[in-house]
Amino acid sequence: MNVVFYISGAIAVVATFMAISRANAIHGLLYMVLSLLSLAIVFFSLGAPFVAALEVVVYAGAIVVLILFVVMMLNLGPDNIRREARLIGRGVWVGPGILGVLMAAELVYILAGGASQPTGAGMVDPKQVGLALYGPYLIGVELASTLLLAGLIGAYHLGRRHQPGATSEEE
Amino acid sequence: MAAVPIEHGLVLAGLLFILGVVGVLVRRNVIFVLMSIEIMLNAAGLAFVTAGSRWQQADGQVMFLFILATAAAEVSVGLALVLQMNARFKSLDTDAASKMRG
Repeated sequence: MNVVFYISGAIAVVATFMAISRANAIHGLLYMVLSLLSLAIVFFSLGAPFVAALEVVVYAGAIVVLILFVVMMLNLGPDNIRREARLIGRGVWVGPGILGVLMAAELVYILAGGASQPTGAGMVDPKQVGLALYGPYLIGVELASTLLLAGLIGAYHLGRRHQPGATSEEE
Repeated sequence: MAAVPIEHGLVLAGLLFILGVVGVLVRRNVIFVLMSIEIMLNAAGLAFVTAGSRWQQADGQVMFLFILATAAAEVSVGLALVLQMNARFKSLDTDAASKMRG
Protein backbone atom coordinates (compact mmCIF):
# COMPACT_ATOMS: atom_id res chain seq x y z
CA MET A 1 0.00 0.00 0.00
CA ASN A 2 2.98 2.27 0.70
CA VAL A 3 4.30 1.95 -2.85
CA VAL A 4 0.84 2.74 -4.23
CA PHE A 5 0.75 5.93 -2.15
CA TYR A 6 4.13 7.18 -3.39
CA ILE A 7 3.58 6.33 -7.06
CA SER A 8 0.14 7.88 -7.26
CA GLY A 9 1.29 10.88 -5.22
CA ALA A 10 4.09 11.49 -7.73
CA ILE A 11 1.61 11.12 -10.62
CA ALA A 12 -0.70 13.63 -8.90
CA VAL A 13 2.06 16.24 -8.54
CA VAL A 14 3.30 15.84 -12.14
CA ALA A 15 -0.22 15.84 -13.59
CA THR A 16 -1.16 18.93 -11.56
CA PHE A 17 1.90 20.76 -12.86
CA MET A 18 1.00 19.77 -16.42
CA ALA A 19 -2.60 20.89 -15.78
CA ILE A 20 -1.60 24.43 -14.78
CA SER A 21 1.02 24.83 -17.52
CA ARG A 22 -0.91 23.88 -20.69
CA ALA A 23 -1.96 26.51 -23.22
CA ASN A 24 -4.97 24.49 -24.36
CA ALA A 25 -7.70 24.44 -21.68
CA ILE A 26 -8.96 21.00 -22.75
CA HIS A 27 -5.49 19.47 -22.32
CA GLY A 28 -5.19 21.11 -18.91
CA LEU A 29 -8.55 19.72 -17.82
CA LEU A 30 -7.67 16.20 -18.97
CA TYR A 31 -4.43 16.36 -16.98
CA MET A 32 -6.50 17.53 -14.03
CA VAL A 33 -8.75 14.46 -14.35
CA LEU A 34 -5.60 12.31 -14.21
CA SER A 35 -4.42 14.20 -11.13
CA LEU A 36 -7.78 13.77 -9.38
CA LEU A 37 -7.93 10.05 -10.19
CA SER A 38 -4.44 9.46 -8.80
CA LEU A 39 -5.40 11.49 -5.73
CA ALA A 40 -8.38 9.15 -5.32
CA ILE A 41 -5.89 6.26 -5.18
CA VAL A 42 -3.93 8.22 -2.55
CA PHE A 43 -7.12 8.53 -0.48
CA PHE A 44 -7.75 4.81 -0.86
CA SER A 45 -4.23 3.97 0.30
CA LEU A 46 -4.73 6.27 3.31
CA GLY A 47 -7.73 4.14 4.33
CA ALA A 48 -10.54 6.45 3.18
CA PRO A 49 -12.50 4.50 0.52
CA PHE A 50 -15.63 6.67 0.79
CA VAL A 51 -13.70 9.85 0.06
CA ALA A 52 -11.85 8.08 -2.79
CA ALA A 53 -15.19 7.25 -4.41
CA LEU A 54 -16.47 10.81 -3.91
CA GLU A 55 -13.28 12.20 -5.44
CA VAL A 56 -13.94 10.22 -8.61
CA VAL A 57 -17.69 10.84 -8.73
CA VAL A 58 -17.90 14.50 -7.71
CA TYR A 59 -14.52 16.05 -8.55
CA ALA A 60 -13.50 14.15 -11.68
CA GLY A 61 -17.04 13.27 -12.72
CA ALA A 62 -19.00 16.44 -12.01
CA ILE A 63 -16.80 19.49 -11.38
CA VAL A 64 -14.19 18.92 -14.11
CA VAL A 65 -16.83 17.84 -16.61
CA LEU A 66 -18.79 21.02 -15.81
CA ILE A 67 -15.69 23.12 -16.56
CA LEU A 68 -15.16 21.05 -19.73
CA PHE A 69 -18.72 21.80 -20.89
CA VAL A 70 -18.19 25.52 -20.35
CA VAL A 71 -14.87 25.46 -22.26
CA MET A 72 -16.58 23.71 -25.16
CA MET A 73 -19.52 26.14 -25.01
CA LEU A 74 -17.12 29.10 -25.25
CA ASN A 75 -15.72 27.55 -28.43
CA LEU A 76 -12.17 28.88 -28.12
CA GLY A 77 -10.33 28.81 -31.42
CA PRO A 78 -6.67 28.22 -32.30
CA ASP A 79 -6.04 32.00 -32.07
CA ASN A 80 -6.92 31.91 -28.40
CA ILE A 81 -4.56 28.99 -27.75
CA ARG A 82 -1.68 30.73 -29.55
CA ARG A 83 -2.31 33.88 -27.52
CA GLU A 84 -2.41 31.83 -24.32
CA ALA A 85 0.86 30.12 -25.25
CA ARG A 86 2.49 33.54 -25.65
CA LEU A 87 1.22 34.63 -22.22
CA ILE A 88 2.79 31.68 -20.39
CA GLY A 89 6.32 31.92 -21.77
CA ARG A 90 9.37 31.18 -19.62
CA GLY A 91 9.49 34.61 -17.99
CA VAL A 92 6.25 34.53 -16.04
CA TRP A 93 7.20 31.29 -14.26
CA VAL A 94 10.33 32.70 -12.61
CA GLY A 95 8.82 34.73 -9.76
CA PRO A 96 6.00 32.37 -8.71
CA GLY A 97 8.34 29.39 -9.24
CA ILE A 98 10.97 30.74 -6.84
CA LEU A 99 8.30 31.59 -4.24
CA GLY A 100 6.74 28.15 -4.63
CA VAL A 101 10.05 26.33 -4.23
CA LEU A 102 10.83 28.43 -1.12
CA MET A 103 7.43 27.60 0.40
CA ALA A 104 7.87 23.89 -0.38
CA ALA A 105 11.37 23.88 1.14
CA GLU A 106 10.08 25.54 4.33
CA LEU A 107 7.23 23.06 4.56
CA VAL A 108 9.53 20.04 4.17
CA TYR A 109 12.00 21.54 6.67
CA ILE A 110 9.29 22.08 9.31
CA LEU A 111 7.69 18.67 8.82
CA ALA A 112 11.06 16.89 8.80
CA GLY A 113 11.90 18.44 12.19
CA GLY A 114 9.15 16.62 14.13
CA ALA A 115 9.08 13.00 15.19
CA SER A 116 7.70 10.70 12.50
CA GLN A 117 4.21 9.38 13.18
CA PRO A 118 2.60 6.67 11.08
CA THR A 119 -0.96 7.02 9.85
CA GLY A 120 -3.37 4.40 11.09
CA ALA A 121 -3.26 1.15 9.17
CA GLY A 122 -6.99 0.48 9.30
CA MET A 123 -9.77 1.88 7.14
CA VAL A 124 -12.30 4.48 8.25
CA ASP A 125 -15.31 2.95 6.58
CA PRO A 126 -18.33 4.83 5.15
CA LYS A 127 -20.51 3.77 8.09
CA GLN A 128 -18.37 5.70 10.55
CA VAL A 129 -18.35 8.73 8.23
CA GLY A 130 -22.14 8.63 7.92
CA LEU A 131 -22.62 8.33 11.67
CA ALA A 132 -20.33 11.32 12.28
CA LEU A 133 -21.95 13.31 9.46
CA TYR A 134 -25.50 12.92 10.71
CA GLY A 135 -24.54 12.97 14.40
CA PRO A 136 -22.26 15.74 15.66
CA TYR A 137 -21.96 17.43 12.23
CA LEU A 138 -25.68 17.67 11.43
CA ILE A 139 -25.66 21.48 11.53
CA GLY A 140 -22.78 21.44 9.04
CA VAL A 141 -24.84 19.31 6.66
CA GLU A 142 -27.70 21.82 6.89
CA LEU A 143 -25.30 24.70 6.24
CA ALA A 144 -23.82 22.87 3.25
CA SER A 145 -27.30 22.38 1.79
CA THR A 146 -28.01 26.11 2.24
CA LEU A 147 -24.69 26.93 0.57
CA LEU A 148 -25.50 24.67 -2.39
CA LEU A 149 -28.94 26.29 -2.71
CA ALA A 150 -27.31 29.73 -2.69
CA GLY A 151 -24.83 28.52 -5.31
CA LEU A 152 -27.68 27.22 -7.47
CA ILE A 153 -29.58 30.50 -7.32
CA GLY A 154 -26.41 32.52 -7.83
CA ALA A 155 -25.39 30.49 -10.87
CA TYR A 156 -28.90 30.82 -12.34
CA HIS A 157 -28.97 34.57 -11.76
CA LEU A 158 -25.47 35.21 -13.13
CA GLY A 159 -25.69 32.77 -16.00
CA ARG A 160 -28.64 34.32 -17.81
CA ARG A 161 -27.95 35.94 -21.14
CA HIS A 162 -28.39 39.69 -21.38
CA GLN A 163 -30.96 40.81 -23.91
CA PRO A 164 -29.88 44.11 -25.43
CA GLY A 165 -33.41 45.59 -25.40
CA ALA A 166 -34.49 44.37 -21.98
CA THR A 167 -35.17 46.93 -19.26
CA SER A 168 -33.84 46.45 -15.77
CA GLU A 169 -37.26 45.41 -14.39
CA GLU A 170 -37.58 42.60 -16.88
CA GLU A 171 -34.14 41.25 -16.07
CA MET B 1 0.57 -3.35 5.82
CA ALA B 2 3.08 -0.70 6.82
CA ALA B 3 1.36 2.66 7.03
CA VAL B 4 2.52 5.84 5.34
CA PRO B 5 4.04 8.43 7.74
CA ILE B 6 1.71 11.39 8.28
CA GLU B 7 4.42 13.84 7.13
CA HIS B 8 4.49 12.35 3.65
CA GLY B 9 0.76 12.84 3.23
CA LEU B 10 1.04 16.41 4.50
CA VAL B 11 4.01 17.14 2.19
CA LEU B 12 1.99 15.86 -0.77
CA ALA B 13 -0.93 18.10 0.26
CA GLY B 14 1.45 21.06 0.62
CA LEU B 15 3.04 20.46 -2.78
CA LEU B 16 -0.36 20.31 -4.48
CA PHE B 17 -1.47 23.46 -2.67
CA ILE B 18 1.71 25.30 -3.74
CA LEU B 19 1.14 24.19 -7.34
CA GLY B 20 -2.35 25.68 -7.08
CA VAL B 21 -0.94 28.97 -5.74
CA VAL B 22 1.65 29.10 -8.55
CA GLY B 23 -1.15 28.44 -11.05
CA VAL B 24 -3.20 31.37 -9.73
CA LEU B 25 -0.13 33.64 -9.84
CA VAL B 26 1.02 32.64 -13.33
CA ARG B 27 -2.16 32.17 -15.34
CA ARG B 28 -4.32 35.01 -16.63
CA ASN B 29 -7.01 32.82 -18.18
CA VAL B 30 -10.03 32.65 -15.84
CA ILE B 31 -10.62 28.95 -16.58
CA PHE B 32 -7.11 28.07 -15.37
CA VAL B 33 -7.49 30.30 -12.31
CA LEU B 34 -10.68 28.37 -11.42
CA MET B 35 -8.85 25.07 -11.95
CA SER B 36 -6.02 26.19 -9.68
CA ILE B 37 -8.53 27.10 -6.96
CA GLU B 38 -10.01 23.60 -7.28
CA ILE B 39 -6.51 22.14 -6.91
CA MET B 40 -5.96 24.16 -3.72
CA LEU B 41 -9.30 23.10 -2.21
CA ASN B 42 -8.51 19.50 -3.05
CA ALA B 43 -5.08 19.74 -1.40
CA ALA B 44 -6.68 21.11 1.78
CA GLY B 45 -9.04 18.13 1.70
CA LEU B 46 -6.08 15.77 1.37
CA ALA B 47 -4.53 17.28 4.50
CA PHE B 48 -7.80 16.72 6.40
CA VAL B 49 -8.09 13.10 5.23
CA THR B 50 -4.44 12.41 6.13
CA ALA B 51 -4.99 13.78 9.64
CA GLY B 52 -8.22 11.78 9.97
CA SER B 53 -6.32 8.67 8.93
CA ARG B 54 -3.61 9.34 11.55
CA TRP B 55 -6.12 9.23 14.42
CA GLN B 56 -8.51 6.77 12.71
CA GLN B 57 -11.41 9.19 13.10
CA ALA B 58 -14.15 9.98 10.59
CA ASP B 59 -13.90 13.77 11.18
CA GLY B 60 -11.28 14.26 8.47
CA GLN B 61 -13.53 12.69 5.86
CA VAL B 62 -16.51 14.73 7.08
CA MET B 63 -14.45 17.89 6.57
CA PHE B 64 -13.56 16.67 3.07
CA LEU B 65 -17.29 16.39 2.33
CA PHE B 66 -17.82 20.01 3.41
CA ILE B 67 -14.89 21.12 1.24
CA LEU B 68 -16.45 19.19 -1.65
CA ALA B 69 -19.77 21.01 -1.20
CA THR B 70 -17.95 24.36 -1.08
CA ALA B 71 -15.99 23.53 -4.23
CA ALA B 72 -19.15 22.52 -6.09
CA ALA B 73 -20.97 25.74 -5.14
CA GLU B 74 -17.89 27.83 -5.93
CA VAL B 75 -17.32 26.30 -9.36
CA SER B 76 -20.95 26.73 -10.44
CA VAL B 77 -20.97 30.44 -9.55
CA GLY B 78 -17.47 30.87 -11.00
CA LEU B 79 -18.43 29.32 -14.33
CA ALA B 80 -21.55 31.49 -14.54
CA LEU B 81 -19.24 34.49 -14.06
CA VAL B 82 -16.92 33.14 -16.78
CA LEU B 83 -19.85 32.97 -19.19
CA GLN B 84 -20.89 36.53 -18.33
CA MET B 85 -17.31 37.73 -18.74
CA ASN B 86 -17.00 36.09 -22.14
CA ALA B 87 -20.30 37.64 -23.23
CA ARG B 88 -19.30 41.15 -22.13
CA PHE B 89 -15.59 41.42 -22.86
CA LYS B 90 -15.21 38.70 -25.54
CA SER B 91 -12.14 37.56 -23.63
CA LEU B 92 -11.21 35.25 -20.75
CA ASP B 93 -8.23 37.36 -19.70
CA THR B 94 -8.52 38.53 -16.09
CA ASP B 95 -7.04 41.89 -17.11
CA ALA B 96 -10.07 42.53 -19.34
CA ALA B 97 -12.26 42.77 -16.23
CA SER B 98 -10.01 45.12 -14.29
CA LYS B 99 -12.21 48.21 -14.64
CA MET B 100 -15.13 48.84 -12.30
CA ARG B 101 -18.19 50.80 -13.33
CA GLY B 102 -19.29 52.89 -10.37
